[in-house]
Amino acid sequence: MSESDVTPAGVRGARPGREAVTGRAAGRRRRGGRGERPVVPEAEFSTYYGMPVLNPPRWEALDIAGYLYLGGLAGASSLLAAGAHRTARRRLALAAKSSATGAVSLSLVALIHDLGRPERFLNMLRVFKPTSPMNVGSWLLAGYAPLTMAALLSDVSGKYRPAGAAATAGAAVLGPAVTTYTAVLLADTAVPSWHDGYRQLPFVFAGSGAAAAAGVGLLAAPLAETAPACRLAALGAALELGNTELMKRRIGLTSEPLEQGRAGTLMRTSKALTVGGTLLAVCAGRRSRVAASVAGAALLAGSAMLRFGVFRAGVASAKHPKYTVVPQRARLQKQQNKPGTATS
Amino acid sequence: MTEQGPPQPGADHPPRMGFFTDTSVCIGCKACEVACKEWNAVPADGLELTGMSYDNSRRLGSETWRHVAFIEQRKPLGGQEPGVSHDDVDIFRAASGLGVTIASPGPGATAPEDALPGAPAGETSPIAPDGRTELRWLMSSDVCKHCTRAACLDVCPTGSLFRTEFGTVVVQEDICNGCGYCIPACPYGVIDQRPDDGRAWKCTLCYDRLGVGAEPACAKACPTDSIQFGPLEELRERAASRVAQLHGAGVLDARLYGEDPQDGVGGDGAFFLLLDEPEVYGLPPDPVVTTRDLPSMWRYAAAAAVTLIAGVAVSFLERSHR
Ligand code: SF4
Ligand code: SF4
Repeated sequence: MSESDVTPAGVRGARPGREAVTGRAAGRRRRGGRGERPVVPEAEFSTYYGMPVLNPPRWEALDIAGYLYLGGLAGASSLLAAGAHRTARRRLALAAKSSATGAVSLSLVALIHDLGRPERFLNMLRVFKPTSPMNVGSWLLAGYAPLTMAALLSDVSGKYRPAGAAATAGAAVLGPAVTTYTAVLLADTAVPSWHDGYRQLPFVFAGSGAAAAAGVGLLAAPLAETAPACRLAALGAALELGNTELMKRRIGLTSEPLEQGRAGTLMRTSKALTVGGTLLAVCAGRRSRVAASVAGAALLAGSAMLRFGVFRAGVASAKHPKYTVVPQRARLQKQQNKPGTATS
Repeated sequence: MTEQGPPQPGADHPPRMGFFTDTSVCIGCKACEVACKEWNAVPADGLELTGMSYDNSRRLGSETWRHVAFIEQRKPLGGQEPGVSHDDVDIFRAASGLGVTIASPGPGATAPEDALPGAPAGETSPIAPDGRTELRWLMSSDVCKHCTRAACLDVCPTGSLFRTEFGTVVVQEDICNGCGYCIPACPYGVIDQRPDDGRAWKCTLCYDRLGVGAEPACAKACPTDSIQFGPLEELRERAASRVAQLHGAGVLDARLYGEDPQDGVGGDGAFFLLLDEPEVYGLPPDPVVTTRDLPSMWRYAAAAAVTLIAGVAVSFLERSHR
């Protein structure tokens, strides 16, 4: 089952609530002609007419998944820029600085565009609130975005070089936070597939951001300067894919939405693009212009699809009561089985 | 990592106020839904017949701040089964125990489904031999829980959501910028975004009425006192004795939901007496405020950021060794 399919009669595939007999596994009702596959034979649970327990995020996928992607790309690009700046790889540095500036500007546009009241965006900076990742992120971006712009401007114009170097370094300090905080942004919700993965998700996003930044380097830098990008692609892809696997294994039931439906397709495509792009980069990224460009584009696309996949999987997990009720029931059961141990 | 809980009552604070919704006396009249919509000028959200028993508002959301759930269950009802021989029962002796012991439930009492043979209530109300069962109809008026540790409030980046002097959680609509973060943060699926307006809306526990000493519109309108409003401490006591009373009458299904200050959200300011598992009413069985894990989340994010820095450094370092 891909997405939840809420009808007045309940969610397709879940046991209809009106048939619920207390505490008992009731028979699955079949409706005229429409064969219902038992999707969760292993976990019987009650629902209210199959309605979701949670209100799903109302965010637009394009805006918010795009925001996550661009933030990841920008932050890792700033690190790449600082490295290239230090090692005097001028073209790679310029490409990375441009990508950081462009991505962070676009991500701010996406964030503001998604607000219900865009004209009130600055209310985000009305308070400082560490309990709200979105607030922390807004402050972070408020500090980070100008630094990326200063770094780029100085590089392009060739003026104020010391200030430009300082801005490059500053952006490289805040960049990794910009890349990984977006994982906290998602995890700090009641959305099962996001919250449950909070340990691995920052690493997944860090790896994916690194792969994307490497993609920019491969696309835009001359072959003589792509070596670090090739290595970064390999490291980033390994970090991302390894932690994605680990996350799926750790979170159990709530990893299902990451594998099913559109989210599953996105995740699989992302994986294929990332693996393919990395292999191509490592094998031919320093020798062939075409190979470097193709690898770079594949890495960028793979990173974007990962964000859209994770985003959609979370929405799907919030829309199906199974992912809320079953793990919570299991938790209660566990607590009952060991009385006296006050686990929360 | 959560904001401070409700204020301690003191010289400058009234006691924490809340709702105790006793669903065992709810008759499903929806007076609360209507009163809430009227008083708070909540926009209409269309007429729709859902086929979910008498429930046509489905669930809580931006235009539904009180929602009455209707659940039809097949379940044997105590003391109402025809066709059962009572030859060996001295009804006067049995009646003398009515309301005193759980061994003889009063009329209308419900019995746990899985406690049929030999169980106290079950003995007087077996499922009929032809397999016929009785219907029971559960009704429950749901509302924002005004959590002690409220995720919506914690994650709101603008400070639009705030804790009032009554310990309730309220959105300041002149500040909300519609970022929508509170919506997936709420573990109960309460707060939601109004599509045409963009901002987030939910129950205010009638903040305006509380300010002038009136009770919330829903509690005022409820004809059976299923919705009880008052200082939370007092409501908790009242609820505990109500559960004991119901258990004494053989309604062993009766249980409180959200009254425990030790639960994952630190207890609800609006809690319930339910007659079945919470999920049957569309409530999460073990909600936890998501920000409980936030310190840990920040730590993992910091570790990931350091890993990223190390990865980039390695990518460049290797080269300089050659
Ligand atoms: S129930 Fe949801 S909306 Fe209400 S206070 Fe708790 S977290 Fe906030
Ligand atoms: S939508 Fe409004 S109330 Fe909700 S978190 Fe954003 S600013 Fe706060």
